Amino acid sequence: MTNGDRIPPDPEFVQLLDPDGERVEHPDYSVEFTPDEYRGLYRDLVIIRKLDAEATALQRQGELGIWASLLGQEAAQVGAGRALRPQDMAFPTYREHGILHCRGIDPIMPLGLFRGVDQGAWDSQKHKVHMYTIVIGAQTLHATGYAMGITMDGKVGTEDGEAVIAFFGDGATAQGDVNESFVWASVFNAPVVFFCQNNQYAISEPLERQTRVPLFKRASGFGFPGIRVDGNDVLATYAVTKQALDNARLGQGPTMVEAYTYRMGAHTTSDDPTRYRAGSEVEAWRDKDPIKRMRIFLTKAGIADDDFFTQVDDDAAKQAVELRERVLALPDPGPLSIFDNVYPGGSPLLDEQRAQQERYLASFEGGH
Amino acid sequence: MAETLGKALNLGLRRALESDDRVVIMGEDVGKLGGVFRITDGLQKDFGEQRVIDTPLAESGIIGTAIGLAIRGYRPVCEIQFDGFVYPAYDQIVSQLAKMYYRSQGNVRVPVVVRIPFGGGIGAVEHHSESPEAYFAHTAGLKVVACSNPNDAYWMIQQAISGDDPVIFLEPKRRYWEKGEVSFDASPIPLFSSQVVRQGTDVTVVAYGPMVRTALDAATAAAEDGRSIEVIDLRTLSPLDLGPVYESVRRTGRCVVVHEAPSHVSLSSELAARVTEQCFYSLEAPVLRVTGFDTPYPPARVEEEYLPDLDRVLDAVDRTFGF
Ligand SMILES: Cc1ncc(C[n+]2csc(CCOP(=O)(O)OP(=O)(O)O)c2C)c(N)n1
Repeated sequence: MTNGDRIPPDPEFVQLLDPDGERVEHPDYSVEFTPDEYRGLYRDLVIIRKLDAEATALQRQGELGIWASLLGQEAAQVGAGRALRPQDMAFPTYREHGILHCRGIDPIMPLGLFRGVDQGAWDSQKHKVHMYTIVIGAQTLHATGYAMGITMDGKVGTEDGEAVIAFFGDGATAQGDVNESFVWASVFNAPVVFFCQNNQYAISEPLERQTRVPLFKRASGFGFPGIRVDGNDVLATYAVTKQALDNARLGQGPTMVEAYTYRMGAHTTSDDPTRYRAGSEVEAWRDKDPIKRMRIFLTKAGIADDDFFTQVDDDAAKQAVELRERVLALPDPGPLSIFDNVYPGGSPLLDEQRAQQERYLASFEGGH
Repeated sequence: MAETLGKALNLGLRRALESDDRVVIMGEDVGKLGGVFRITDGLQKDFGEQRVIDTPLAESGIIGTAIGLAIRGYRPVCEIQFDGFVYPAYDQIVSQLAKMYYRSQGNVRVPVVVRIPFGGGIGAVEHHSESPEAYFAHTAGLKVVACSNPNDAYWMIQQAISGDDPVIFLEPKRRYWEKGEVSFDASPIPLFSSQVVRQGTDVTVVAYGPMVRTALDAATAAAEDGRSIEVIDLRTLSPLDLGPVYESVRRTGRCVVVHEAPSHVSLSSELAARVTEQCFYSLEAPVLRVTGFDTPYPPARVEEEYLPDLDRVLDAVDRTFGF
């Protein structure tokens, strides 16, 4: 029971934009974006990083109970998020703030959970993003079941068919639920993309605590293709995810995408990564930063200039201030809200308990 | 010596590892990190990766392989990171761990200890504040204990590990940082026994885990109003040791049971039934219960409304005088 050999550090993966901002050709994947679209991707990356930093700051100041930062994983999330079509459905973990952004969702939406005023509380169908799931891996089965429903509804097999994307981490790949979702998706040929953000750690545990083979290779054993993409390259992540989603919507079944990336920050604000990983490792990944490489590329290609970059930074800063104000203004739930929404049909026993608690609270009013 | 409850557990685990080389610790992040609450801090460094094992992220796997190790003669001590994450292991615990001895007609012992930080009050997000004890206490073949103070934490974890029963070991996570005296040399009381932790004459308040502190605080406050509360720390939830409870209630005539878990089909349901059966002619009032509500554990900003506190305990104590 030793720690095992390290997973080969230099992975073969699909890359279209290298860390130095050079475009790379790939035989199977390419992107064709207009200058506007390129600038839009850059903007997404910067805004989600800024809002994420603001949430971290809010936690430090006691305004959020906890925060799970996406720092370092922006390209993986924007690539996947922008590859989704309006009719597609996403099942996130607790870290997919960038996916919500790409779906056009108000950034305040997930903050209730982290502030402790609700437990998600949004309508999955309306936003086409299910609520955050904290229990590791559980949502991959929900995604698969939802995808089975798409097939049963006859909504696959055409260009405008529907597809599902399930997000999970490298740690989650050890869970029974995730492996069972692979079996189900395969057996029922479900239109689902399993999008694994391999950020190299599950809290303190490095990848080799979960696997002895590169994660994307797991898929073939279950009977569907797996592919590894440079998760810090927004162009490649977009291209690979789009292809996988299109295959799903056309009725060709599941794909696993392993977005090879790195969690630059702590697991959450409760975590202290200096206890288990070297600063030099983090530094090495800083060179592969997803935003830096896009900026170099856009500049060199003449798609964007300093004025544009400054404008994006200013917009992001403005959005962060706005978000902060709105977080501070989030109302606390009322004491009796505890009893709301336990059963769609209500419960006489619970009604009684609520009435009792109401009387108890009232007994404090007017001096106790 | 005064130690925090968390440190006392750490010292108890250390002593268990030292005294029996078949003891192994396993769980998510228990090695290099020392666990998210640092309960296993420094143990992998001193006992090696073979004795303190960072496992893959899968609770069913943790308990299932612990059972295999136990069949092989090891004494695994599993950490479940938070109460709400024990459920993926539920099948292994309830259908496998609990029933192995019975099914093998006594041939196979599986001395696995499952440590679970439980309960709320730490401002956490969902699944991090639950009280799942009733699920396990309901299952024959499992023993379920909850420590409430550093001295008990230190001794009870060692007793749980050295016994041959599978034990669900509940740790009151919000009390991890509270300090108390630990007598390292005194011999402890038996693991499966409850204990009077404050003597009184008017009402018996029974609690366990995190609520013992709350009950003691209530007793202190009540004393100022001239009311004498006896507090019993249940310590063992399965089997129950109700001798001290019956003895106390026969003297006081009143009983209040306190826990964070919902009341419906709970430890307090069981206590109320048994105390009523055994102390019927001594009771001046029905057994009252102060518990979490029969709802999912609520968001952090409203958890204080959900959790039993000093006022709710005192309110119930008052009500026992209203019959
Ligand atoms: C079933 C379950 N067990 C344990 C946990 C505690 N926990 C929260 S996040 C985490 C690590 C997850 O790692 P990974 O899947 O790689 O995702 P990442 O957080 O790195 O994005 C653990 C163990 C949990 N949330 N759910």
